[in-house]
Amino acid sequence: MKQSYGTLGVKLAVLAIWAALLFGPFLFQDVRSIQVAARICIFIVLVASYDLLIGYTGIVSFAHTMFFGFGAYGAAILLKQMGPGWTPVLLGAGAGAALSLVIAAGIGLLSLRVKAIFFAMITLAAASVALVLASQLSHLTGGEDGITYRAPDLFKPATKLLTDGDGKVLKLWGVSLNGKVAAYYFVFLSCAALFWLMLRLVGSPLGTVLKAIRENEARAEAIGYRVVAYRTFVFCISAVIASLAGTVYAVWLKYTGPETALSFDIMIDILLMVVIGGMGTMFGPVIGAVLLVLAQYYLRDLMGAASEAVSAIPLLPELLNPDRWLFWLGILFILLVYFFPKGIAGTAMLKGSRT
Amino acid sequence: MNATLERFGGVNLLPLAVAAVAFVLIGAPSSWVTLTVAGLAMGMMVFLMASGLSLVFGLMDVLNFGHSAFVSLGAFIAASVLAALGGWLGSPSVLMNVAALAAALGAAMLFGLLAGLFFEKVIIKPVYADHLRQILITMGALIVVEEAILAIWGGTPITVPRPAFLEGAWIIGDVSIEIYRAFAFALGLIVFGGLYWVLNRTRLGLLIRAGVENREMVEALGFRIDRLFVGVFMLGSALAALGGAMWAGYQTLITPALGAEMMIVVFIVVIIGGLGSIEGTLLGALMVGLVANYVGFLAPKLSLASNMILMMIILMWRPSGLRPAVK
Repeated sequence: MKQSYGTLGVKLAVLAIWAALLFGPFLFQDVRSIQVAARICIFIVLVASYDLLIGYTGIVSFAHTMFFGFGAYGAAILLKQMGPGWTPVLLGAGAGAALSLVIAAGIGLLSLRVKAIFFAMITLAAASVALVLASQLSHLTGGEDGITYRAPDLFKPATKLLTDGDGKVLKLWGVSLNGKVAAYYFVFLSCAALFWLMLRLVGSPLGTVLKAIRENEARAEAIGYRVVAYRTFVFCISAVIASLAGTVYAVWLKYTGPETALSFDIMIDILLMVVIGGMGTMFGPVIGAVLLVLAQYYLRDLMGAASEAVSAIPLLPELLNPDRWLFWLGILFILLVYFFPKGIAGTAMLKGSRT
Repeated sequence: MNATLERFGGVNLLPLAVAAVAFVLIGAPSSWVTLTVAGLAMGMMVFLMASGLSLVFGLMDVLNFGHSAFVSLGAFIAASVLAALGGWLGSPSVLMNVAALAAALGAAMLFGLLAGLFFEKVIIKPVYADHLRQILITMGALIVVEEAILAIWGGTPITVPRPAFLEGAWIIGDVSIEIYRAFAFALGLIVFGGLYWVLNRTRLGLLIRAGVENREMVEALGFRIDRLFVGVFMLGSALAALGGAMWAGYQTLITPALGAEMMIVVFIVVIIGGLGSIEGTLLGALMVGLVANYVGFLAPKLSLASNMILMMIILMWRPSGLRPAVK
């Protein structure tokens, strides 16, 4: 199949993003940039797993942060109780994924038979219950304050990965190879592996069936594919991947609380990323996550400056306040859904396809 | 057995059954009465918020995730009006009190009407019959409205003054009934009565019910369902704003998160009641109100999940809700 130059461009852009992330610690050497890069890695996986749902089967779930939170809290609680080490991380990942699987299967079998809209409402309700539970069961989850804990010893800043002749940390291109770099590459490699897994899944015969369901549900059913079973399966897969991403995030951040792992704001971020990037391709989420995380970190500075500049006009400074950045993204979101429902990647991939 | 139950009202008896079970479990009649009144009042306020959502969905197959934006707008506008008319509220004359309350509720409803018109024309009209984009767009609109509320009213909680004549409680024996709760219940009942009358006794209501049942047929007969829909949407938004205003007075301390909190409850009510019928919505709202209050008293740990559990149970029993109008 000959690819359009738009598709080629998108693929090149995605490749460039992954390459930049691969050399992240060497390209951007300050602390904040590394935070941004790690966050981008994790959100690429999280948003791509959401895209598996919304883009490939056309079901809208609001419970995605709930699964993300299960993974994060699983690792966090065990790291807190058992002390730093790899066993609690693996156990936490397993427990979070198992819980996600069970709950996703339950919700899916109960409510995927009914209308898409019911499903959206039910997942929203389930997610809100999870959020409330996390802040109520404070002896386990630390309540509103969350949990701080230590990551495995390998990721301590004092750890020396490679030493030179004098026993000091070896420097590569001016970057000392300490535990911080190891932590980043842990995040990067797990996320890359999960993303690759999803790419394979979408390219497999299963992915073709999912696309068929999205395009014409009744027809897929008539050909003999059990739509409910496929949808439930995808819902479970995407829940497990979200949960694993949560575990990685918990290990990286060394803190887990309702704000970072469960809040509805993250769900809104995911929605914005998937719609801005483009639904229904695995490349859209990469672009969306990069743009939005960058906006989160750097747009606020810009808005702060703009707010200062218009301080004489009423209401406008309030709307330009850095905390109100979601206001503008919300408007952008609505406009995108109207005019470019395929998002950046989808629209770009159509370019040059009509020959 | 089943037939007898049906004759006496079938699922409509459910709130009574819940109340009876709770009476046995609670034991003390005075606390039971207080809880029941609180539950009924909460149910009626939630009914105000949810009725519009249910009708809009039934009529046009449009689900508005931004519905709770009207609830919070109503609450904040009513709070602002009440705060501005503080002098009237404090005065001993009941007339002034009522005037201030009417002004606040009226302002909230008027704003709900206008916001509903804007919402329908600008946000929802372009995406009829496309559920995925509807959910996304109304969600986006909800974000924008919430951020706008944060920009205008700020993030700190606002106290809502209550009119003097609604303060306090009636005390009958050892039972105390808060006057505001009784007022909320009465107002909800009046609105339900009005809606019921319009839907079942007027030509307009006949068209709405026919539209819910089979839109294409009504359109084929030459009626403009889309215009009717704008009206229903505006009315639904106004009722949501009214519900929000009443809720603000009930809570007396409101934050911009109010809309998001109520949205979950409203959705649960609509799912329990069945989409498209106001009787179902009323039933669902009363159930949610009663169960929330009883469980809050009997097992406070469970109270936050009680609505969710209630919804699960009812959905397993009746997958399309208690009294759905649309199949």
